[in-house]
Amino acid sequence: MPGVLDGAAPPALSVAGVAHHYGRTVALDDVTLAVRPGTFTVLLGVNGAGKTTLFSLITRLFATQQGAISICGASLSETPSQALRSLGVVFQSRALDANLTVAQNMIYQGALYGIGRRTSLARGLALLDQIGLADRIDHKVGRLSGGQQRRVEIARALLHEPRLILCDEATVGLDVKSRTDIVATLHRLAAETGIGVLWTTHLIDEIEPDDPVYLLHKGRVCAHGSAAEIAQAHGAGGSLSDAFLALTRADQAGATGAA
Amino acid sequence: MTGWNAWAICAWGVAWREMLRFFQQKERFFAALVRPLVWLIIFAAGIRAVLGIPPQPPYQTYMTYDDYVVPGLCAMIQLFNGMQSSLSMVYDRETGAMRTLLVSPFPRWYVLTCKLFASVTVSLVQVYTFLLIAYFWGIEPPAWGYLTALPALILSGLLLGAIGLLLSSAIKQLENFAGVMNFVIFPMFFASTALFPLWRIREGSLEVYYIAAFNPFTHCVELIRFALYLDVSWLSLGVVVGGIAVFLGAAVVAYNPSRGLMARRGRG
Repeated sequence: MPGVLDGAAPPALSVAGVAHHYGRTVALDDVTLAVRPGTFTVLLGVNGAGKTTLFSLITRLFATQQGAISICGASLSETPSQALRSLGVVFQSRALDANLTVAQNMIYQGALYGIGRRTSLARGLALLDQIGLADRIDHKVGRLSGGQQRRVEIARALLHEPRLILCDEATVGLDVKSRTDIVATLHRLAAETGIGVLWTTHLIDEIEPDDPVYLLHKGRVCAHGSAAEIAQAHGAGGSLSDAFLALTRADQAGATGAA
Repeated sequence: MTGWNAWAICAWGVAWREMLRFFQQKERFFAALVRPLVWLIIFAAGIRAVLGIPPQPPYQTYMTYDDYVVPGLCAMIQLFNGMQSSLSMVYDRETGAMRTLLVSPFPRWYVLTCKLFASVTVSLVQVYTFLLIAYFWGIEPPAWGYLTALPALILSGLLLGAIGLLLSSAIKQLENFAGVMNFVIFPMFFASTALFPLWRIREGSLEVYYIAAFNPFTHCVELIRFALYLDVSWLSLGVVVGGIAVFLGAAVVAYNPSRGLMARRGRG
């Protein structure tokens, strides 16, 4: 499978042949994907495609039933502690404590990774500075706007200096400007720091033409390649939207392969 | 994340957040104190006239009902705190904050144990504040009793917190929690020696006596009672320590991604 084992450095994320069932319901079937360091990789799919299930498996909220997942070369099932240490997560639902200040949330997050108070505050301030929220460090999270809270969540997810960051529909409920800012921030972050980003979404306008995209439908990867390649191969009008609609409408659950 | 220092930072961080949340919720602190004080000042005042406690371990002399009921009220504070803590875990799970805890690279059993100790720390603040107020109300156990009660309070807090932790893993939605509270807190509290000694319960109903004798909350109460009066109830100590092992072990299994209730919860 192209993209999984290319290059000398291990991928930031490798998912190989993963399947997951809820009772008799198949949620994921033979899903294989990779996120290379320094890329903003998109997991695209409609609601119910299996994105959140895959996300739960990568974060080890659920155990892997079949297949293998590794983060920066560390197997999630064999060395979970090492794997999770390289992982930063932004959940779909808000995970910040609204009653605490931004600084207090940073300190708490740092503690969960064994990082002391001073280091957490210093790193947190530097990260907030990068996203233009350094002056809000002593504000209660509940007083920030939705977009600001999301950016704080991203900064918090980066606090322990992970090599991979997962964002599960992180822009849901935000206005267009906030969404654009957040997506641009993560693109810049991937390019400048070499961190791998896995961005799950169902919003096509968040995807750049060069972004690697995995299109997940009914629990299977039905297309992958750059956004431009997928649009070219499957979009009658040459757009990713057309390709997305064609692939999901045509119900090509079995048609895997590169674009 | 290397060395024991990182593990200690994790434990400190979880406890620190729990304390911050507790002190920010002033009404929670107030409610935690008012509840046992109502029992002590109003309920015990009424019962005092009709029920005294004859000398029996750990008491050396005849005791008033007020003295008798205080250890049970300490345990009641911890029972409510344990359930409150599990309620906050259900809430955290619904909002996503719980997931932040669970994706920590520390082993899940350790993170959950940290959470449990954090909850116990909060309950200790409540209990000692209550004991201070009770002192001015005339409840004066031996001075050293305040110190010897500490390990008993930690153990009972751990047991009641572990029960709450297990419950939180089984509850799918926040709305379901009120029912569980009614089916757990009230039966545990009333069918115990918190309000009446076992011999008195036996006089009233043999069935309730057996329920109370096997109720783990009874043993939390007795462990605290004996410790507060510089004595040890070995039976209660054994039951409480065994209970911690069973309920905490079950909670860790329940929160295990592959084996427990979390795995059967369905789509995340």
